[in-house]
Amino acid sequence: MTMMKKLLTSAVASAMMASGAQAAISNDTVKIGYLADMSGTYRDLAGPNGLKALEMAIADFGGQVNGAKIEVVSADDRNSPDTSSSTVRRWVENEDVDLVAGMVASSVSIAVSKILEENDRLGIISGSAASSITNEHCTPNHIHYVYDTYPLANGTASAVVKEGGKTWYMLTADYAFGHALEGDVTRVVEANGGEIVGTVRHPFPTQDFSSFILQAQASGADVIGLANAGADTTNAITTASEFGVTQSGQTLAALLLFLTDVHALGAQTAQGIQLTTGWYWDMNDETREWSDRFMEETGVRPTMVHAGIYSSTMQYLNAVDATGSDDAQTVRKQMMDTPINDMFAKNGKIRVDGRMVHDMYLAEVKTPAESKNEWDLYKILRTIPAEESYRPLSESKCKLVNN
Amino acid sequence: MSMIFGVPLAVLSGQLLIGIINGAFYALLSLGLAVIFGLLKIINFAHGAMYMLGAMTTVLMFDYLGVNYWVALLLAPLLVGAFGVAIEYFLLRRIAGQDHIYSLLLTFGIALIISGVLVNWFGVSGLRYAMPDMFKGGVNLGFMFMPYYRAWVIVAALVVCFGTWFVIEKTKLGAYLRAGTEDSQLMQGFGINVPLLISLTYGFGVALAAFAGVLAAPIYSVTPVMGSATLITVFAVVVIGGMGSIGGAIITGILMGVIEGLTKTFYPPASSAVIFLVMVLVLMFRPSGLFGKEA
Repeated sequence: MTMMKKLLTSAVASAMMASGAQAAISNDTVKIGYLADMSGTYRDLAGPNGLKALEMAIADFGGQVNGAKIEVVSADDRNSPDTSSSTVRRWVENEDVDLVAGMVASSVSIAVSKILEENDRLGIISGSAASSITNEHCTPNHIHYVYDTYPLANGTASAVVKEGGKTWYMLTADYAFGHALEGDVTRVVEANGGEIVGTVRHPFPTQDFSSFILQAQASGADVIGLANAGADTTNAITTASEFGVTQSGQTLAALLLFLTDVHALGAQTAQGIQLTTGWYWDMNDETREWSDRFMEETGVRPTMVHAGIYSSTMQYLNAVDATGSDDAQTVRKQMMDTPINDMFAKNGKIRVDGRMVHDMYLAEVKTPAESKNEWDLYKILRTIPAEESYRPLSESKCKLVNN
Repeated sequence: MSMIFGVPLAVLSGQLLIGIINGAFYALLSLGLAVIFGLLKIINFAHGAMYMLGAMTTVLMFDYLGVNYWVALLLAPLLVGAFGVAIEYFLLRRIAGQDHIYSLLLTFGIALIISGVLVNWFGVSGLRYAMPDMFKGGVNLGFMFMPYYRAWVIVAALVVCFGTWFVIEKTKLGAYLRAGTEDSQLMQGFGINVPLLISLTYGFGVALAAFAGVLAAPIYSVTPVMGSATLITVFAVVVIGGMGSIGGAIITGILMGVIEGLTKTFYPPASSAVIFLVMVLVLMFRPSGLFGKEA
């Protein structure tokens, strides 16, 4: 009840504030541009099904907001910052797009957020991992919603070090995301008394990992840490098992795995791998109910990114509704003032640096015997509370934080 | 332990062996390209897609029909080869004799369509294909752990490469082929069905790519986009070896595998670029390639 009251008061308060600012929705249209990898390595974790999740949110919201219609455009980012920049520039300069959603490769998100800042439009990043997006690359014009490399390292790396994996050899994807993840892992490993004994930065994407796995084996490290994603990670895991990495006593730590990756590997190959995730479809009735609807639409279970796209779109539309405006700063302020309580997050909060902080989960891939069907893949070992998960503002290098 | 440039000798020997294994893949793929270009003068941009189709066919035949690895090793290249014959008969034949750019664009379009359709059906996360039981495990060579399957890849690739080279360069059938593409009217006058020969050659080149795809299925993530990155590298290999030189394609393939492997050891970030660097150097000093005939 108090919850409800709080919500109502904040809604009323912000409605008053908004009317004071003479807010209005430009062109009587809220236009959302969905930008993601629609055809390459990162397609399945967001891609066309992420667009479905976005459309589900709009439909559930009622198809219009505050009397204005909601339009969606979408584009393939081709994992290229250049292509994405020109798309987004066209969207905001010529086509009146108010919100850019989706966004997967970290290099794409960093490039796009700069353009959004120049043009004062809003972006909600759901797919990217680099924690630098809300640290040195933060802008007042974007929100990073689902997860980042900071909790990935905190969750998985600290669990592995505590189990005795003291020396690490890192295989890192050679671009913004890999570097950010490697940095965060190094910090966590060293803080827990471990040591990084070697690092290989491999080109993105790489098909054949045998050479790198061989170097990691020769290093004699306890743990081979994979600071990469998508097909790079699944290829590295497959090659590691072929070359007998685990038989020789080394542990494999995959720092970023999506449900779609684990599904592709299968419980047989992936069993026992620990990973950190922002959300899992089979956690409670609320997540299952939404996932069933998603599966009816798409034929697959949602990743944390799909769920995050749905949730963040809802939050955005709620904020536009409450303020009666599609102005980037007005809406972002309203979103920051409203705690997030839905099937994706409980008591999630958007900070001044644009980071949405919420509970994260340390999960383990089930064995084939435990797994009841092809999507029954994780057991949740531990909930990592929001305040433990993300980089504290006191350590932030973001220009919006007064440190 | 003895060291070379700060790298232990044992690690280096392992990397050399890995380089040869990857080189065997490059050799198989560039061989198919070289056969198609050398005999038909078609720049086959659909080659990566055919490699991918070989791998996908292997996985799908196992999932839906229970076809095992050994049967797939024979059947997948046959099916993909037949598909290639159809492409040649219905499409490529219509632009025969035109500028190279036409066949390049046509095959590029075919590749985009094939992989686009399959991405829609299967996504890009990759399909699972279990290692055949008899290849599970490996042997410790002292300097590295050698999975049995990788050893098999070298043997299979080299046998097929040598066989192809032998048939084309040393047998009567190969002589017909070479003569048929040199002067098809004369050969037709001798009663040889040149159009059929051309269809079959394209089918065979494509089947070689599919064969490499089957070999790749148990060790790489099988996805509809797996061919595109490989294709560019393999083209560079063919250019380095000399367009159309069959023996050149094989030797250069293995050589480039080794060079790439060594780069992965000494300076990994350059490993995706090193083959292109070699290509630039070769084009500067020997424009027709290492094994190409001087024009």
